[in-house]
Amino acid sequence: MPAAVVPTVRIQREDFDVAAEIARLTQGRADIGAVVTFSGLCRDEQGALSALELEHYPGMAEAEISRIATEAVQRWPLQGLTAIHRHGKIAPGDNIVLVVAASAHRQAAFEAANFLMDYLKSRAPFWKKEHRTDGSEGGWVEAKEADARAAQRWKPSE
Amino acid sequence: MTTRLIYFAWVRERIGLPEEDVDLPAGIETVADLLRWLKSRGEGYEHALQYPDVIRVAINQEHVEHREKIAGAREIALFPPMTGG
Repeated sequence: MPAAVVPTVRIQREDFDVAAEIARLTQGRADIGAVVTFSGLCRDEQGALSALELEHYPGMAEAEISRIATEAVQRWPLQGLTAIHRHGKIAPGDNIVLVVAASAHRQAAFEAANFLMDYLKSRAPFWKKEHRTDGSEGGWVEAKEADARAAQRWKPSE
Repeated sequence: MTTRLIYFAWVRERIGLPEEDVDLPAGIETVADLLRWLKSRGEGYEHALQYPDVIRVAINQEHVEHREKIAGAREIALFPPMTGG
């Protein structure tokens, strides 16, 4: 039996390099047939946002994403899994989160990346606060019911 | 026993503290008991915990339900629903 894949989880202030993170999983091996990446970016819909400030719970943020990632490698046959989440002030257009899932075939990589993002959204301890271009605080972003429902669909049916 | 309480996002802002160490009075057995007790500690707490059902809680850095017992908890965190990703 092959050794279990240990996911890489990083919580960091600095940006990440998507190509470098893919290379970290695929370099020096030929058994990976599929790599799925998801990047989440800071979005500004009305031109009024100067930045999102991401607060996190140090320690628990790593622990919770690691728990979710460990569940993903148990559920799908993966050859590698990386999750990176940034904190601090992030400008519109900049990266917030990255998931890289590597597998022999695409289905497992797609599903694992999707699962990881759905769970991360509703369980990883991060909170977004808006800063507006006019200098005012825009307040805390509200959690979406749709994100909670998205996580529910991965629950095994009884 | 002293318990460390940690607050995040608007819970932190409304209470006006990032964290504090408290000696829990006798009779505080569950997370729901803790929220009820905290709410009575002043205006900021009342504002933060006005709707206790929406408050998420982690004990020793793991999510728990409000019915969970808090005996032995070193660190209890209170925060709004999460909005990362």
